[in-house]
Amino acid sequence: MPARIHSTRYFLPKTTYTNADFFGEFPELKGSSIEKTGVKTRRIAQKNEVSSDMALAAAELLIKEEGINREDIDFILYNSADLDYYTPATSCVLQGKLRLKSSCGTMDIVNGCSSFVYGLGIASGIMETMGARNVLLLTSSVLTKYIHPQDKANRFLFGDAAAATFIVQSDKQQIGPFVYGTDGASYGKIIIKDGFARFPLTESSFVNRADEYGNITNDASFEMDGTAIFLFSNRTVPPMIDELLAKASLSKSEIDLFIFHQPNVFLNEHLRKKMSIPEDRFFHCMENFGNTVQSTIPIAIREAQVAGKLKPGMKVLLAGFGTGLSWAATIVQF
Amino acid sequence: MDSIEVFGRKLEQELDGVVPGSIKADTNYREIPEWSSMHALILIALAETEYNVALTGEDLRKCNTVQDIYDVIKSRA
Repeated sequence: MPARIHSTRYFLPKTTYTNADFFGEFPELKGSSIEKTGVKTRRIAQKNEVSSDMALAAAELLIKEEGINREDIDFILYNSADLDYYTPATSCVLQGKLRLKSSCGTMDIVNGCSSFVYGLGIASGIMETMGARNVLLLTSSVLTKYIHPQDKANRFLFGDAAAATFIVQSDKQQIGPFVYGTDGASYGKIIIKDGFARFPLTESSFVNRADEYGNITNDASFEMDGTAIFLFSNRTVPPMIDELLAKASLSKSEIDLFIFHQPNVFLNEHLRKKMSIPEDRFFHCMENFGNTVQSTIPIAIREAQVAGKLKPGMKVLLAGFGTGLSWAATIVQF
Repeated sequence: MDSIEVFGRKLEQELDGVVPGSIKADTNYREIPEWSSMHALILIALAETEYNVALTGEDLRKCNTVQDIYDVIKSRA
């Protein structure tokens, strides 16, 4: 059954952490190039607020504002690295909290920065092979909880958020084709190493260390090799876009808008220039959110719609890339 | 390929908060005030945009001075 994106909404936690707050904490970085990342403010989840709480709020907002009948939701895809329990799946918990019908299917996806695109691919597959008519795709991240307080670079970059996207049946296929890829040998380039199955938390998990730029982290906290990720994105994204366009038999000029994952404006601008994508067809959405991991693309879709830059009928290329390392891209007709 | 002086000026233009004329051939770039991962990205992007040279993380780790990194770029330009 062909699919299309019907609507999207996002939810932001209450606490704001502005650049003024950041420079108050780290005055030595005022006036440095860190502002080239394009973030001006970001939201931080409360201590007792987990990813699924925010995903639930985003879903309720979408249902209310779009007048979606709960009975019409046939499947929930919950897209987050933060699961409520080892078992059951958090999507099951959300099905209960959203009071959805018992014939509603559920699945968790944990791919990170590329996983909104993965979610669209899985949603299309579910509609094609399992007869679902309408899929609710939820994305959510509270990564700031795992960033060391003295990890300046990542505290500047990341924000917390959730998004809800409703994917419905259509007369013609409006999502796809897809390109996916993985460099699993580089898994350590973005990682929270300890606290899961491979390396349970021990005392050594909390021994702090500084990277070559003076950012502090430890094995229980988030760690990202920013230089390696810049090089990875530079190496991977342009050929991924070329491959996708070839698969879709489209040229760059036939794409109305490019919406990439939002890791850093400097990086995305570098990619845009490298691929000769005109400025007016490339959407940045970092300023008020930071990098919200799997929610950057749905937030950008909503913001582009509200700003009048994404209109019905447009062909939009979506590209996610990051932790895994993994990447995925697709073309969506709105 | 630009001279080392022009390379230094271009680098200064890209790095916010750096005093013009302060980057010299023997400047250890890690000692540029508040040298950060963002500065490393700027240097990598500059090498690619201006000279079509791909620097690696390993290049940055091995080099110490602006002259060292200039020599790497020049050898690949």
